[in-house]
Amino acid sequence: MQRLIKNGEVVNDSWHLLDKDATLDGLPNSDSIIVPLALWLEHSHALKARDGGLGVWLDSDEEVESIADDLQQFQVIALNFPVFSDGRNYSNARLLRDRYQYQGEVRAIGDVLRDQLFFMQRCGFDAFALRADRNADEALESLKDFSNTYQAATDQPLPLFRRRA
Amino acid sequence: MYIYDEYDQQIVEDRVKQFRDQTRRFLAGELSESEFLPLRLQNGLYVQRYAPMLRVAIPYGLISARQVRKLALIARQYDKGYVHFSTRQNVQFNWPALEDVPDILAHLAEVQMHAIQTSGNCIRNTTTDQFAGVAADELVDPRPWCEIIRQWSTFHPEFAFLPRKFKIAVNGAEADRAAIGVHDIGLNVVRNDAGDIGFRVLVGGGLGRTPIVGSQICEFLPWQHLLTYLDAILRVYNRYGRRDNKYKARIKILVKALTPEVFAEKVNAEWAHTKDGPATLTQQELDRVAGHFSAPAYEQFSGDDADYLAKREAEKGFNNWALRNVHAHKVPGYAAVTLSLKPTAVAPGDADDKQLDAIADLADQFSFGELRVTHQQNLVLADVRQSDLYELWQACRKHGFATPNIGLLTDIICCPGGDFCALANAKSIPIAEAIQRTFDDLDYLHDIGDLDLNISGCMNACGHHHVGHIGVLGVDKKGQEFYQVSIGGNSGRDASIGQILGPSFSAEDMPSVMTKVIDVYIENRTPEEQFLDTFKRIGMAPFKERVYAAAN
Repeated sequence: MQRLIKNGEVVNDSWHLLDKDATLDGLPNSDSIIVPLALWLEHSHALKARDGGLGVWLDSDEEVESIADDLQQFQVIALNFPVFSDGRNYSNARLLRDRYQYQGEVRAIGDVLRDQLFFMQRCGFDAFALRADRNADEALESLKDFSNTYQAATDQPLPLFRRRA
Repeated sequence: MYIYDEYDQQIVEDRVKQFRDQTRRFLAGELSESEFLPLRLQNGLYVQRYAPMLRVAIPYGLISARQVRKLALIARQYDKGYVHFSTRQNVQFNWPALEDVPDILAHLAEVQMHAIQTSGNCIRNTTTDQFAGVAADELVDPRPWCEIIRQWSTFHPEFAFLPRKFKIAVNGAEADRAAIGVHDIGLNVVRNDAGDIGFRVLVGGGLGRTPIVGSQICEFLPWQHLLTYLDAILRVYNRYGRRDNKYKARIKILVKALTPEVFAEKVNAEWAHTKDGPATLTQQELDRVAGHFSAPAYEQFSGDDADYLAKREAEKGFNNWALRNVHAHKVPGYAAVTLSLKPTAVAPGDADDKQLDAIADLADQFSFGELRVTHQQNLVLADVRQSDLYELWQACRKHGFATPNIGLLTDIICCPGGDFCALANAKSIPIAEAIQRTFDDLDYLHDIGDLDLNISGCMNACGHHHVGHIGVLGVDKKGQEFYQVSIGGNSGRDASIGQILGPSFSAEDMPSVMTKVIDVYIENRTPEEQFLDTFKRIGMAPFKERVYAAAN
């Protein structure tokens, strides 16, 4: 089972992430699944009728605006990093949290490495599916890389200049 | 200058710790070269032709004597005894060992310095006018704004992995010495009719492969909204800037593709959500930061120092230096002085450890212990009493900083080029030196007058060749190093991109090409014209004719 960093600890992950070209065929009824955006857009009725948990995942070139009206349908929204250097989903995570007040899990998937976790956490990610070849327990340390930050962000809506003693 | 409080200091120390662990994991094989690459780049560490290169931030070019002494120590202890000041007002070490870099960063943190975001696809060091705070033509001091931007951009979590690097420049004077027209964002601090401070915002300027002057997207942004507006620009760029081709990834390509009007609409739509939110700047924060840039304890003088003026009359060498290297100051009896790092036969912008120590001493003795790095790769003592200028000149002569060539043909902006840089197509430093040797008659140089000669060893344009009045670009032609010449660029107000003269030249031809270009100017100029004026009037044809006629 995939290990996941969630809320600052390493847990076992029970969600199934479906491939980008997944179809409705043979979809289990009761498992918790994270479906690609295209599947959701095409089959939202069928997916809503299932018993199991539902999440959706967006690639870095897909826009959160396309699910803005559906957010209450998802327990998990996963944002994919095809390569760690593709930073678009930092903005998407902030939009989900700050603009659309999404309260469910925002999960980083794909090329997720420990040295990016601190920034991801600041942008509203609360779950990290670390690349399979990496040690999640060690990576936890990086969530504490900095003891203070200058900017307003999702984790700290006040910039340092409004908090400075 | 800005002095760190406990928060600033902690953030820099946390960074040293983080990078020490990243380096350890890389050396232990836990991080691959490609994974370590963006981590080291965001810390200014490149792997270069012969050794790593470490770029250290000098925020908006401001540095203290104590910090300069630390650079000297690092140069001695960890490098080959010299540093290179860059065109982004930063400083570079060319020979540190990778495993020493965490220790170097720890040394820097002791004097409130770092290498954060001096490279990589993130927001880089903000640059400004080297005469900020003292220039006679200044309207608003840009330094507090630069510091506010520095803090906002440092480890900004949303914008650490942009499509490409991102550079911001701020200018607050009549003249534009910060080249804001050729930056990703250019900010002109202004006052409106009511006397309120705000920013004229330019976006999408830049050099490199596609040189372009930025477009105005906001005429007057009230200062309280600076950070929310910058956030909005960066978010639009982060989401929609191209990532499929690194040569089309800068914001200028996005602005051009959308048109500046549509880009501005997108920014405004984004900004509408965050405007007046918690990131809105407060008067208290502005006062806190601006308090670090209050005027030093100037003495009161009624006007120019009579003895200084008399010495200029009496001694031609001193007068030549005063003409080019001494600049007007807003306070009577004071002057700003440029220390030239461009003597012939030294790589432009280089200084060795002894010179650095001497520079620090001069700053302590003559200018309240502070210096500025210019984007022309010289150093400035910004607050010198006119009555001290003669003594300072003698000290500069002793240490090799008195070359009276500021703003002249031999005050060349030049990237490290093929001698050091892995990206370069051609060497640049030997071209600079050959031209300096050709134009070695000081009287003639002064007669030629204001002339920006900028040399880059490749398309990345670190030597800003596009905006040189004369620009030189190193190109590769079937494995041979050649040089393309452009004329008519300008980085100041009414910034413009130079036009290419014609087919490129070999290195040996460059001094004679330069001589011909200058001859055409001298023969055609009117008494009141500088090089750029003459070029604008007579155009490219006479230059082209002369230079290529000889080749036939």
